[in-house]
Amino acid sequence: MVDLSVDIGNLQLKNPVMTASGTFGYGEEYRDFVDISALGGIIVKGTTGSHREGNPYPRMAETPMGMLNAVGLQNKGVDVFLSETWPRIRTFRTNVLVNVSGSTVEEYVEIASKIAEVKDIPGIELNISCPNVKEGGMTFGTSCPSAIAVTRAVREVFPRHLMVKLSPNVTDIVEIAKGVEGAGADSVSLINTLLGMAIDAETWRPLLSTVTGGLSGPCIKPVALRMVWQVASAVKIPVVGLGGISSATDAVEFLLAGASAVQVGTANFVDPSVSGRIVDGLAGYMQRHNIEKITDIIGGLDVS
Amino acid sequence: MSKKYITDFVILENRRHTHEFVILTLQHPEMLPQMFPGQFAEVRVDGSPQTYLRRPLSIHDVDYKNNTIKLLIQEVGPGTRRLASMKSGEKLNLVYPLGTYYSLPDKKRVLLVGGGCGVAPLLFLGRYLKENGIDPRFLVGARSENDLVELDAYRELGDVYITTEDGSRGTRGFVIHHPVMKTFEPDFDWLYTCGPEPMMRVLAKYSRERNITCEVSLENKMACGIGACLCCVTPTIEGNKCTCTDGPVFNANYLKW
Repeated sequence: MVDLSVDIGNLQLKNPVMTASGTFGYGEEYRDFVDISALGGIIVKGTTGSHREGNPYPRMAETPMGMLNAVGLQNKGVDVFLSETWPRIRTFRTNVLVNVSGSTVEEYVEIASKIAEVKDIPGIELNISCPNVKEGGMTFGTSCPSAIAVTRAVREVFPRHLMVKLSPNVTDIVEIAKGVEGAGADSVSLINTLLGMAIDAETWRPLLSTVTGGLSGPCIKPVALRMVWQVASAVKIPVVGLGGISSATDAVEFLLAGASAVQVGTANFVDPSVSGRIVDGLAGYMQRHNIEKITDIIGGLDVS
Repeated sequence: MSKKYITDFVILENRRHTHEFVILTLQHPEMLPQMFPGQFAEVRVDGSPQTYLRRPLSIHDVDYKNNTIKLLIQEVGPGTRRLASMKSGEKLNLVYPLGTYYSLPDKKRVLLVGGGCGVAPLLFLGRYLKENGIDPRFLVGARSENDLVELDAYRELGDVYITTEDGSRGTRGFVIHHPVMKTFEPDFDWLYTCGPEPMMRVLAKYSRERNITCEVSLENKMACGIGACLCCVTPTIEGNKCTCTDGPVFNANYLKW
């Protein structure tokens, strides 16, 4: 019997496989395909202070081994989430984290305060890296002082697990990771989508209504691995790795690079059962390699 | 919402109908779940390095006795070209059945209008209506007679009217120009349609002005197909809704058209 459990700070996961915000809805959408309780955790859709309609269609463009999205945080707002959605999903026997996104520090603080009152929500993922909204979002995560300021402000009102999701659209992601660590983050997750665009050569038009959008999928995996490795080598808090993970082998690579857990994102769109199969695949990998505890893999990359 | 499945089917037959339309017949090893006309499958495209996502395709026909379904594929890009090139015996992975479906009418006189590959769900719909005691009539629009697919299958179920843009078959022009779409007192009370959005918008307006119920099927670009990614939204009177789960079949009056 292999031990797949990992701790991310004060958060105990039965295995290191979580699902990434915006790719797994509220978990309910995947009930027919995955045993949610078999996952280490799920991170539900980005939640804002009030209802958002998101960006106009088209919001998605396919790319080789990936896709661009410009959804723009469509959601019903934190109040509806807590009163209608949470009562339906609180029975999931796994860690359900809420992804929190705002346009101002005050909005982040307001949402985090409301979630703090609901004691059975074990943590939040602070989204300072959404590239698809005009105000806030990524602008917080691409400047070190503002990333620190929003993390510190939320830390003051949110006592449970605080994960901060970092943007790869920066010159030095290590500097920002260290900044939010100093501001009180319990963990960092990376990477959010890479800013990109797609053009229709026939019509001379952009393929997204917003012109630019966030690139995700297997095409970004090498960038994500590199950033996870750099950040994990520089901070003491746990790192949660994501970016193009589609198989147990991909997950192992992120653990070797130093991630304590991983998130499966865009791959959920292509294979809605993939997250559960990655959990099974990790167990199989450990058996094949005679590894008893998955924590023995974390940071095991041999660069000698 | 009915239960969804992820399953490997085996391709029984790949039949090319025109220069760009192919019909794949797929067999399932076990009993098929119940499906309704207008629902779709998300089809995985293997061996296609330029693409990544599944392709949403209407369920064209179902045969519960032989556990087979048919998909009508129009080759429009690398993904659909790859699917159209698949051979019998190969496996195809489907997530299905997805989305809303056309409703049974509370009136007897119906017209089913399809344009281009929008005819895809109308064969299954015609069969379903017939089984429920309603005689379907079809109006099919195409660019030319070379783009008309499988007319005999529709004729077995009811009358088939045709328009072509070049006049090579049937009435010249678009579906709205066919005599059955008369200005005063049309002889149908319920209109089902699937096809290019400009065509469906014209039909929605026509129906609204004559107090005819109009159900349309949208084909927005999708990623997940199960309401998680929020990419395929369409504006409705209640805000942005997912075409994959709140649709693809909508009452035209619900849309902001």
